[in-house]
Amino acid sequence: MSCIDIIADYGLRSIGLGERLLPRSDFTLCHQFTLIGSGMIWNIYFGTLALTSGFILATLLALGKASKNFYVRKLSGWFIFIFRGSPLFIQFFFAYFLFLSLKQSFTFLSPLTSAWAGALFVLFCNTAAYSGEIFYGALQAIPKSDLEAADAYGMSGFSRFRRIIWPTMLRLAWPAYTNEAIFLFHATTLVFFSSFPAWQQRGDALYYANYFADKTFNPFVPYPILAGYFILLTLILIGLFGIANRKLNIHLPKEEHSKIKFRIRLIR
Amino acid sequence: MFEFCSNPENLSGFSWLSCYLTTPKHMNLFYSVGTVLLLLLITAPTALLFGFGGAVMARSKILLIKVFGNAYISIVRGVPDIAFFLFFVIAIDQLLEWSRHKILCPEWSEPIRQGNDFVVCTIAKLPLSSSPQWIHEIYGFLLAVFTFAIVFGAFAANVLYGAMRAVPKTQIETAVSFGMTERQVFRRILVPQMWLFALPGLGNLWMILIKATPLLFLLGVEDIVYWARELGGTKTAKFTSYPHGDWRVWYFLGLMIFYLAFTRVSELIIEKLMRTLSRGTATLGGALQGQVGR
Repeated sequence: MSCIDIIADYGLRSIGLGERLLPRSDFTLCHQFTLIGSGMIWNIYFGTLALTSGFILATLLALGKASKNFYVRKLSGWFIFIFRGSPLFIQFFFAYFLFLSLKQSFTFLSPLTSAWAGALFVLFCNTAAYSGEIFYGALQAIPKSDLEAADAYGMSGFSRFRRIIWPTMLRLAWPAYTNEAIFLFHATTLVFFSSFPAWQQRGDALYYANYFADKTFNPFVPYPILAGYFILLTLILIGLFGIANRKLNIHLPKEEHSKIKFRIRLIR
Repeated sequence: MFEFCSNPENLSGFSWLSCYLTTPKHMNLFYSVGTVLLLLLITAPTALLFGFGGAVMARSKILLIKVFGNAYISIVRGVPDIAFFLFFVIAIDQLLEWSRHKILCPEWSEPIRQGNDFVVCTIAKLPLSSSPQWIHEIYGFLLAVFTFAIVFGAFAANVLYGAMRAVPKTQIETAVSFGMTERQVFRRILVPQMWLFALPGLGNLWMILIKATPLLFLLGVEDIVYWARELGGTKTAKFTSYPHGDWRVWYFLGLMIFYLAFTRVSELIIEKLMRTLSRGTATLGGALQGQVGR
């Protein structure tokens, strides 16, 4: 069987298209590359959707934490504390079993017990909390003079937020937010190891890498392949966020574009 | 455990709960909390040692060592750490067995990798198949500790490397002008001064390490996640005197509260430590304190 056949059979296996059974023997390099790559679809799905939806909630959380209203401030603070203070792995388990018991009373919640919705929801809350804290820090660091200038122009309320506060906040938070995005994508590999079932063996990249490592008892092939895919994904993310960073700082002279620096902050 | 527990059917309310939570099986859950603490206690200094080695290597003047050190540090970027955990546990195990095989059974002619099997001679097995269960458990735990130390050592190396570069150049130059050798500068000036710069990063790392401990479950250790799943599942009256429905959600809620308390207390201690250490270094204190707790 040539490699092109294998790609045709297994290229979209992780979303249920193509061959039904996973290969059981005679694993070739092509098998491993194709299936692990096919699993990346899930990692990209979880990462992209959680990041974009989490971005909105994160902005709200940051504003909430800086709010003058006592209850709003406490609520946002606790949300951020709970999701940043406990391990994502435990959050997945807890959410899964919670959804499982909720399903019995509210049948419309049953999608939440499958990974595509339930795990996405947890990742959404998790990344919102982490980015919310980043945005909150940036919000506190907005130069007073910017706000005074806005006041002097007679801006207030929403237009002041949209034109001054929000862009400045994003500009300041962007390097840290880039890191958050990268590690969110890395965190997506936990999904299928934390009770969320991989229905019909439709799993993510690490799920398939682990499958091959178990079957061949040779970790030295599948995991480096997985690493290669993730390094590629990370580079693409850095590129995309770099473009956004240039857009955000377009008004500054070229040398002053704050270069995105990478600081570690890994497992949640 | 308690005397009134001898007849669980007659119990109710609080006394039922106190009996339920002290069954021998539940004791395993509490012991596994000890396992987590033990892992942290061993891993933290080991990872720091690995990190120190990595940072020194990355600063080396010899190209090969420098490249190796930098490669070690940069494994933390790009690749999910869970993949490293899963990889290293098998890889280290096979590496050990393979080298024992080479030493202990030199006359062995068959290949080690036969298709999908990894075959070494019987006396090269780790641990020996004749050894008791607790040796297998300890070996598994040690593998996990070593894996954690490698991965977190890379993170620590990154922090320490940055901290070494953050020590003011003037301090180093002053030491050199006093006629200190390179080693003396390293030992007397650089290392003592770098800790203050490293502390926010190391504190952060400690929090990450705490939050990584449930991953022990993935490495095949019977840890709190394992027992929470085990004990929380539905129990019928046939097999236990404490039947209950699916309580896993409560067990994991308990674990979440445990971790929240643990990270919160650590955060407070680190903040306090930071304030104490930066006393007298007025210029740095304020700037650094903002970064704690990332």
